[in-house]
Amino acid sequence: MNLVLDVFSILAIGSGAFFFFAGTVGLLRFPDALTRLHALTKADNLGLGLVVLGLLPRVENLLAAFKLVAIWALVQLAGATVAQLIGRAVRRKGPAA
Amino acid sequence: MSVLQALDIGLAALVLALAVWTIFAREVFAAVVGYVAYGLLLSIVWVRLFAVDVALTEAAIGSGVTGVLLIGAAARLREAREAEAAEHPSEPQRFWAMVLCALVTLALAAVVLLLPDPAPTLAPQASQHLAETGLGNPVTAVLIAYRAFDTMLEKVVLVLAIVGVWSLAPDRFWGGAPGEPRAVHPEPTLAFLAQILAPLGILVGIHIFWAGADGPGGAFQGGAILAAMWMIVMMAKLGEAPPVRALWLRLALVAGPAVFLAAGVAGIGVASGFFAYPAGFAKPLILFIEAFMTLTIAVTLPMLVAGPPRRAPRR
Repeated sequence: MNLVLDVFSILAIGSGAFFFFAGTVGLLRFPDALTRLHALTKADNLGLGLVVLGLLPRVENLLAAFKLVAIWALVQLAGATVAQLIGRAVRRKGPAA
Repeated sequence: MSVLQALDIGLAALVLALAVWTIFAREVFAAVVGYVAYGLLLSIVWVRLFAVDVALTEAAIGSGVTGVLLIGAAARLREAREAEAAEHPSEPQRFWAMVLCALVTLALAAVVLLLPDPAPTLAPQASQHLAETGLGNPVTAVLIAYRAFDTMLEKVVLVLAIVGVWSLAPDRFWGGAPGEPRAVHPEPTLAFLAQILAPLGILVGIHIFWAGADGPGGAFQGGAILAAMWMIVMMAKLGEAPPVRALWLRLALVAGPAVFLAAGVAGIGVASGFFAYPAGFAKPLILFIEAFMTLTIAVTLPMLVAGPPRRAPRR
């Protein structure tokens, strides 16, 4: 049972790290602000989500698990809002560099 | 070399690189963003040094609130850019500025490198007398019990900062409200964030203040989170800053240092001296003082961000 959970954790956290890596590559390589934003939101959303999912079997109690999920939800909220605000600023002022 | 050691060295290199980048950034806004990222990395460094209290403060104040203040300053400096370009410093001025900065850096480096090894520490005494304060968190004990006078003066500095910002108000606006007025149709995205985040953040802020007695947290960290929630509500224009002549605002601004000082003076009568707490009654008294300090911090920081009064008071 422990082995199964460990493998699950490694797989989930590994995939999360991959999404962060892909998001960072996208941030550096994509041509304009909107596509870079698109790459970043994937890293926030799926990357952090998978890392949290991988950590869930390792928590000591239910409260700690709830805190982890709450962190993910708050980052989602902040990320989505900032993406909207930057996207709107880009549309208003036109893509600057 | 273990994986953690490699990560620590990488983290240190990243902090140094970002610091250099922030100094050399030509654009003010880029430098501010670099500074905010630098503060967040620094808070990870504090976590690695097992100083979670400092990490929380660095993330909330050093990176968060200072970042908002600096972004506001950068936005206002943009208007003054032409006037600034006209006053280009001369070559000798720039040379001597460079010499002065280099000297300060060298002096700081010398002070840090010349520290005795092992460094003098009061940590054993601090944890030895922890039980007498009734607290579980030695950092809170240091801040509110062992060196209470320093912490009280830090809160006075916050009040002085507000006085400094308000003294920039033009005469016709004195007594009026700073910042943008509340909007009938607030910006929908920010309003959505503020409506969801503010209730949660208020809960988290109060929890961090309360948890500070026995774990990482305390008045400064909790107050900074509460302050951030008010800032978000003001930025979304769901609410507005009160006029600076409002009595409740003035009371909230001085509540922390005033209650702290009163408790300190009371110590002369009921305990062994100035800023001494009566035995067995220390913890409730400390939490009482901290509650008012949290209030003062939660009100002072957003008022600092809101800036000097910009609208004439209603008669």
